Amino acid sequence: MEKRFVYADNAATTAPYPEVIDEMMIYLRENWGNPSSIHKKGEEAKAALDMCREKVASLLGCEASELVFTSCGTEADNHAIRGAAYANAAKGKHIITTKVEHPAVLNTCKALEKEGFRVTYLDVDSEGRVSAEDVERAICDDTVLVSVMYANNEIGTIMPIKEIAAVCRAHGVLCMTDAVQAVGAVPINVRELGVDMLTASGHKIHAPKGIGLLYIKKGTKIKNLIEGGGQERGRRGGTENLPYIAAFAKALEIAVAKLPDMARVEKMRDRLIAELTKLPRTRVNGSLTHRLPGNANISFECIEGESILLLMDMAGICCSTGSACSSNSLDPSHVLLAIGLPHEVAHGSVRITLSHENTEEDVDYIIEKLTETVERLRKMSPLWKE
Amino acid sequence: MYSEKVMDHFANPRNVGEIENASGVGEVGNAKCGDIMKMFLKIEDGVIVDVKFKTFGCGAAVATSSMATEMIKGKTVDEALALTNKAVVEALDGLPPAKIHCSVLAEEAVKSAVADYYKKNGIEKEIPGFCGDCDSCSHCHH
Repeated sequence: MEKRFVYADNAATTAPYPEVIDEMMIYLRENWGNPSSIHKKGEEAKAALDMCREKVASLLGCEASELVFTSCGTEADNHAIRGAAYANAAKGKHIITTKVEHPAVLNTCKALEKEGFRVTYLDVDSEGRVSAEDVERAICDDTVLVSVMYANNEIGTIMPIKEIAAVCRAHGVLCMTDAVQAVGAVPINVRELGVDMLTASGHKIHAPKGIGLLYIKKGTKIKNLIEGGGQERGRRGGTENLPYIAAFAKALEIAVAKLPDMARVEKMRDRLIAELTKLPRTRVNGSLTHRLPGNANISFECIEGESILLLMDMAGICCSTGSACSSNSLDPSHVLLAIGLPHEVAHGSVRITLSHENTEEDVDYIIEKLTETVERLRKMSPLWKE
Repeated sequence: MYSEKVMDHFANPRNVGEIENASGVGEVGNAKCGDIMKMFLKIEDGVIVDVKFKTFGCGAAVATSSMATEMIKGKTVDEALALTNKAVVEALDGLPPAKIHCSVLAEEAVKSAVADYYKKNGIEKEIPGFCGDCDSCSHCHH
């Protein structure tokens, strides 16, 4: 097959859509005022900001006043968790989360432990899921917050958030979900979901990096993370980043319009998984039923992920790995270990994440090159036996 | 991240394979840590006339194995024992700090293969700086 360039690392970041960039440019070239200014330029910007917020609110099924724009998903996660923990510290200091959260959540929880909070990190099953019952069993008298990700960034497992939110409601505990990987990939209506807080990120949905979102259900009291000039209804200081907010709104609009096309992405993903797992001593990680449409995470025994990635990159394919060798840590991915993979199998894992922009030809090419790569590395592996 | 030399040795590794009835075989590292190097030496009259390797590991692990085999091929056993991880790193135009341990493994793999050769031939010689017990190495402690 002729050499191609295939970007298949959409869980890491996505290519900004040209329409999104065009939208953003309006607020850099023309409508660049400060929404807090009372003159014409400011009013123009304020009107645009309100419009963007309304648009996002209608796409997510909430009210505009319930949305706070942040600098990124990580800030939104920090704001939600710290904000809820501090605001409820008098009531209790126990937080429940899972072992497979993104570092933005895990490390915020770890930091809170050092400040005297108690955190339960729930185990997940072999598919990477926690159940609402698991959450309910962990709730204590002093539990104030449950934070469970909507969908996992490495293995794509989707959690039963609606059920978890219902359990939290019944126990009077706040429920927050990091939906950075899910927003735009699966249909989400925050009202129906029943969570108190939800976070999202622009660059995972073809907007630029530097824009995140925090939904805070009306009536939910949380402390501020960033104090300032009273922007975002006094919940986040800092002049609103209108170009990026407009980009986020446009990107979300496109993502929601394209949700029906996710069935095509899902079919491509299923073909990737089906073809690649025909190779011997190869397994798919995560759930086959509760899974993000674009995510394929596969472990190839006896070879190491960074080597796979380098050879794939030479073939023009961008993907990622859970191997320790691709990070500065000695341990492979905490997610793969949490679902019970032995270290040596986790080292040989590859994550391929597709988007609307990928084609069947891309999938053919990935299958061909990844098969060649795996066979080539296994031939030089002292562990591999035919 | 990697130098051109590292990428060259990773993409086109020299001396990959096994040697049947090798004079000495050494294996270092462990699967849990994500890297294992196995080195095969054919030694005649104290000279390494052939060397092959098999490696499970990252790009740096493959490149350091390949470079180490190139550096000891045709050398005497004593010269091979003098090979340091630093020399391997320099020959590769450097490695990222997190990957230096790969070069240590390459040095250990050579020493481990020579130790096996000594053992097979009843040669009672100490190999300086070689402990032979990779599992005790702090790099792999979790």
